[in-house]
Amino acid sequence: MTLPNQEEKVTADTFLRGLWEENPVFVMLLGMCPVLAVTNSAINALAMGLATTFVLLCSSILVSLMRKLIPKQVRIATYIVIIATFVTIVDYSIQAISLDLYNALGAFIQLIVVNCIILGRAEAYASKQRLGATVVNGLGMGVGFTIALLCLGGVREILGTGSLFGFPLFGENFQPWVVMILPPGGFFVLGGWLLLFNWYRQHRERKLMEQQGATASGS
Amino acid sequence: MAADSLIFIFLNAAVINNFVLALFLGICPFLGVSAKRDTAWHMGLAVIFVMLVSSVSAYAINWLLVRFDIQFLRLICYIAVIASAVQLVEMAMKKFSPALFRALGIFLPLITTNCAILGVALFQTFREYDFLQCLAFSLGAGIGFTLALTLMAGLRERLELANVPNVSQGAALTLMLAGLLSLAFMGFAGLGGQHV
Amino acid sequence: MNQSTAPQTPGLVTATPSFAMLRTLSLVAGLSGLLVVLAYQITLPLIEENKRIAIERALFKVIPGAVSRRDFVSTAGDIIATGDGTDEGTLIYAGYDQQSRLVGVALEAAAQGYQDVIRILYSFAPTCQCIRGIEVLKMAETPGIGDKIAKDPRFQENFVRLDARLNADASALANDILMVKHGTRTEPWQIDAISGATISSRAVARMLNDSAQQMVPKIMAYLDRLQDAGGETE
Repeated sequence: MTLPNQEEKVTADTFLRGLWEENPVFVMLLGMCPVLAVTNSAINALAMGLATTFVLLCSSILVSLMRKLIPKQVRIATYIVIIATFVTIVDYSIQAISLDLYNALGAFIQLIVVNCIILGRAEAYASKQRLGATVVNGLGMGVGFTIALLCLGGVREILGTGSLFGFPLFGENFQPWVVMILPPGGFFVLGGWLLLFNWYRQHRERKLMEQQGATASGS
Repeated sequence: MAADSLIFIFLNAAVINNFVLALFLGICPFLGVSAKRDTAWHMGLAVIFVMLVSSVSAYAINWLLVRFDIQFLRLICYIAVIASAVQLVEMAMKKFSPALFRALGIFLPLITTNCAILGVALFQTFREYDFLQCLAFSLGAGIGFTLALTLMAGLRERLELANVPNVSQGAALTLMLAGLLSLAFMGFAGLGGQHV
Repeated sequence: MNQSTAPQTPGLVTATPSFAMLRTLSLVAGLSGLLVVLAYQITLPLIEENKRIAIERALFKVIPGAVSRRDFVSTAGDIIATGDGTDEGTLIYAGYDQQSRLVGVALEAAAQGYQDVIRILYSFAPTCQCIRGIEVLKMAETPGIGDKIAKDPRFQENFVRLDARLNADASALANDILMVKHGTRTEPWQIDAISGATISSRAVARMLNDSAQQMVPKIMAYLDRLQDAGGETE
């Protein structure tokens, strides 16, 4: 991992970090509000993920391009105005594409502006790195975020309505577990995923320690 | 209760459609600050104040924007106002209560990115509330947020003494708890229905 | 934001001048304004078109037989044809058939349901003085229970010919539109509730009654104006 103020060379890791080690939702626990709110169906989750990725990319690009011009004292205000601009653009774009989708996502499109991931990335990364690294890292974070959203949206939709992306998966006799698409369901499913994530990470750590223990005592 | 009465709007925001447990706004501070009852309570108070200030400012700004037909600047203006309101609260707190300021630490500036505050401003605009309704709404939202936060803090403090599996410690457990709280709050639905 | 004038390296006094901050903020504000206005102008016609399609989809569904529409606004003492949407008052959508005859009018109505506000579009046919259909525009009712108001075919049967006749002096409805318990409907002005979803059903009944009591007398009074506009439809 690069030190915070070092300019980074673009590698595969720059992108892949956002998917697993630094996954914004499962590891850094950022941007939780939309993760719970718009994941009652997989298509909403996907749309929100794409919209957020778009805002993240565009604002990071602009911040990175202007990074030498932004004085320290006004940096947060500047980042916020830039992010709000792109969120407004996305807001109008979604309305123009599909009013149904817009109504389904509701106020959460405009709430992308307070998504801690975007401001966090601008502050911690885009303001210090060159354009190339910023784009790749932003993409990684965005895709990681979208994957997390899809994990939640998929599970909630399958359990709550018996379909995925609108396509029914089970037969007529499937009794949907309705609470999954209601607010408590969001909490439970996210908690479940975090549980899984934690378990897997602890499992890997234990494995690693066992291996190290074996090589230390074996040789 | 009439559907648009002030009491109804207040109860709706505080309990029936609780901002944290039903609308999923303000989850980041909810997970981050709810470990101790004391910090939770003070964070809640700060949020109530910021919500009131933002609500009134948003009402005024929206009136101006509509007057000049430039509503597409709404989001940018709202978020600017909220950031300023938080700055104000920070400065006031530093001056009048430095201990509290230190206790809240990083979470105070983070109120800016608290979706609940922007949520209040946006919802009251969508629903076209008048001034008094805005006040009732933001007050209810803030109190509801504080309620959820302190309930969660109380639960988590108890949990510290309990035997919790390693795997679920931290955010996973908090979220499960939040799910149960949310389930409980669903019982308030239908509170506003008229009995004709 | 406070200015910092502290030296950053010994011997080098670097103060961030206000000029730099102002310059950046103005640049960003200007750029932001430009982008937002551009986006707004480009998407405006598309959004208007989407809204028109959405309204007409619901409209032509609740007014069977309508192929064109004309919008009216009900103001304090009048019903006037609306052009650019700046008139204040309740919107009335009038639907006309191929021969430009008035088939029915549609109105929006809303009331607090179980979880949140329920918003519907309903149609009123002057010929039978009855409500011919409803379409739920927006709701947040419990899936599988309250949301049946939109999907349950038996609930929809209530609105095939829901009686909304005026009383003797045409000032209000002859009979209030009421919700009755599931399976106990006897009169044409009653709505049979969905079993287990009383509050949602009652909300629909309440909003229909409130809206009809207020609007039906007015619609019937200005009927010829609505009918004559058939020749100038959009």
